[in-house]
Amino acid sequence: MQINFKHEWIETNIGLMTVLTMLAISIGGLVEIAPLFFIDKTIEKAEGINVRPYTPLEQRGRDIYIREGCYTCHSQMIRPFRDEKLRYGHYSLAAESQYDHPFQWGSKRTGPDLARVGGKYSNEWHVQHLIAPRSMVPESVMPNYPWLMTKLDTSDVAGRMKALRAVGVPYSLTEAERANNAKQFGESVAAQLHIPDANRNLVAQANLGNYDGDKSGVSEMDALVAYLQVLGTMVDFTKVNEDELVRSR
Amino acid sequence: MATTAFSSAEQYNFDIVKKFAVMALVWAVFGMFVGVYIASELAWPVLNFDSPYFSFGRFRPVHTTSVIFGFGGSALFATSYYVVQRTCQTRLTSDGMASFTFWGWQTIIVLANVSYLLGYSQGREYAEMEWPIDLLIEVVWVTYLILFLSTIMRRKQPHIYVANWFYLAFILATALLHTFNNLAMPVDLFSMKSYSLFAGTQDAMTQWWYGHNAVGFFLTAAFLGMMYYFVPKQAGRPIYSYRLSIIHFWALGFMYMWVGAHHLHWTALPDWTSTLAATFSILLLMPSWGGMINGIMTLSGAWDKLRTDPVMRFMIVALSFYGMSTFEGPMMSLKEVNALSHYTDWTVGHVHSGALGWVAMISFGSLYHMIPKLWDTKLYSVKLVEAHFWLATVGVLLYIVAMWISGITQGLMWRAFDDFGNLQYSFVESVAAMIPFYAMRAIGGAFFWAGVVIMAYNIFMTIRQAKREQSELEAKLAAKMAAAGA
Repeated sequence: MQINFKHEWIETNIGLMTVLTMLAISIGGLVEIAPLFFIDKTIEKAEGINVRPYTPLEQRGRDIYIREGCYTCHSQMIRPFRDEKLRYGHYSLAAESQYDHPFQWGSKRTGPDLARVGGKYSNEWHVQHLIAPRSMVPESVMPNYPWLMTKLDTSDVAGRMKALRAVGVPYSLTEAERANNAKQFGESVAAQLHIPDANRNLVAQANLGNYDGDKSGVSEMDALVAYLQVLGTMVDFTKVNEDELVRSR
Repeated sequence: MATTAFSSAEQYNFDIVKKFAVMALVWAVFGMFVGVYIASELAWPVLNFDSPYFSFGRFRPVHTTSVIFGFGGSALFATSYYVVQRTCQTRLTSDGMASFTFWGWQTIIVLANVSYLLGYSQGREYAEMEWPIDLLIEVVWVTYLILFLSTIMRRKQPHIYVANWFYLAFILATALLHTFNNLAMPVDLFSMKSYSLFAGTQDAMTQWWYGHNAVGFFLTAAFLGMMYYFVPKQAGRPIYSYRLSIIHFWALGFMYMWVGAHHLHWTALPDWTSTLAATFSILLLMPSWGGMINGIMTLSGAWDKLRTDPVMRFMIVALSFYGMSTFEGPMMSLKEVNALSHYTDWTVGHVHSGALGWVAMISFGSLYHMIPKLWDTKLYSVKLVEAHFWLATVGVLLYIVAMWISGITQGLMWRAFDDFGNLQYSFVESVAAMIPFYAMRAIGGAFFWAGVVIMAYNIFMTIRQAKREQSELEAKLAAKMAAAGA
């Protein structure tokens, strides 16, 4: 039996047209997105790669990074090019943003990439640079962020961590979960990831790190600088076998 | 005949079209002003005023949301409601639902803009709205879909006109993209803050699947729907090729959804994904140009209109920019080119050659065609349309040339080595080199914005003139009736 297909069938039947359009527009996304959740190699696993979730203070810093729209001018994704390696360091791994809800790879470098900015500058430099960028870098076009010196809102730190836990970040609520984290990340990190101790941990890290140079309280600046200082520092590349990395790309 | 006694105002719901058309202009004036402002902030950072409410990072989504969803969205609601009613020769099935989509949509844009300034953002480009606003969008969008489909079901003839296919694909795709890209866990029911369901690589892929198809369906397919109705109408000729429109529709809809990952070349996204995306990006050139050719060739035999009709000129220049940016896009999706262009202003220039050159220009053309019809009058001034046209064209050209130069300069400076194999330039040297081009871009944007202000004035005067004509007509009629009565 020969079927003589006519496009007219679709043009005269809104139901058919809706179904076929849905079909046509669904395939691309299904093929490209779904496998990323199932193909193991998507996130590199190798010696030296043991990325941990952010501490409560760092996570609050990340919230501020998103609030201020830093991603509109800064990327966090170093590409595997010679110039980028010299300028920023080792190319970024998928593993390094595996706990980033949402990802902040960015799309524009009006300012430099920040994926490995952690440890490159002192806390004092960051604080001064955030308050008045042109006092440190005269040609900079970055806005001033003087309002970051205000007190950090810590009222819902645990709530935020619980929400992140719900989407898959291994923050612990129970003793069993904490013990599990201790096995994977070590005791001191596991303690930081324990939600019931969130506020205590946050204040302790801010006091110990004294990021904003003011010990009197925890400011938004403390949180943001703590976040910036940890960016790109979680993988120990001296232990990573480069050949193994290339295979998982 | 009884049917001719109906004025089109009773036969169709034009009230909703008018409302959306006016709001499209309001958002254009506002959103593009913010665009010029943030462009100026990059050239003159003092404009950030040390204030969170003016700082670039919070202001930029105000610009993108106001122009894409405020201006673009309102123009699409207006034209889709107009086109679906005219081509199906039937009234929208529900005035209440139509009105709900209007107030709902405008509320969404206002809430989104206010929330960004207050510091609420999902941190996802073009999807910065936090979860309560996303839910509202979902409700309005489903209402829109139901209203659109049910109106088509009431059509007076068996065929569904091609413009409606494109509007349909746009409504369906936007629903799909919006839903999956905004899956998130709120901190609690009374908190605006939420965290994306996905993380890292998967999140990046989902976001750019959304991001590029916001371009593909919101800013392309839907505006092609506009083109398929308004270009033939303004030219007074049928569409060039019916077959081409069929092929172009299915190919465009199918292929666009694959290309998002070309925003993630050389990143931690697996290579197979971005290679697949690059392949489809190149293939996409064909349906894109198919659409452009179909639009431009509709004018064959009536080319003289380009000289005499500035509205037609808006449409044809829009299609030319569409052709240009859909050539540039596939080129930039080649990994080698992308290695240079990515992260630079070239991308920004590319977006604006599409957004200003194509999307805005085809909308201006369509609105200039539609608004006099809605109010049953003529344009207040064709001269002002002419002025608008030149301001817009010069504005876009200044804009994209500035961004080409700055983008390529940036890309080359970043990868330049000196004789000893060290980096030749520090990052901040590339920033300093951009300043003149940032200023030039801001000027280009100001030209474009000035054109929009002229258009807003022209349309305002057109509507005022229509109201005066209407009241004169009524007065005459009343006088006649009185005379007849006496």
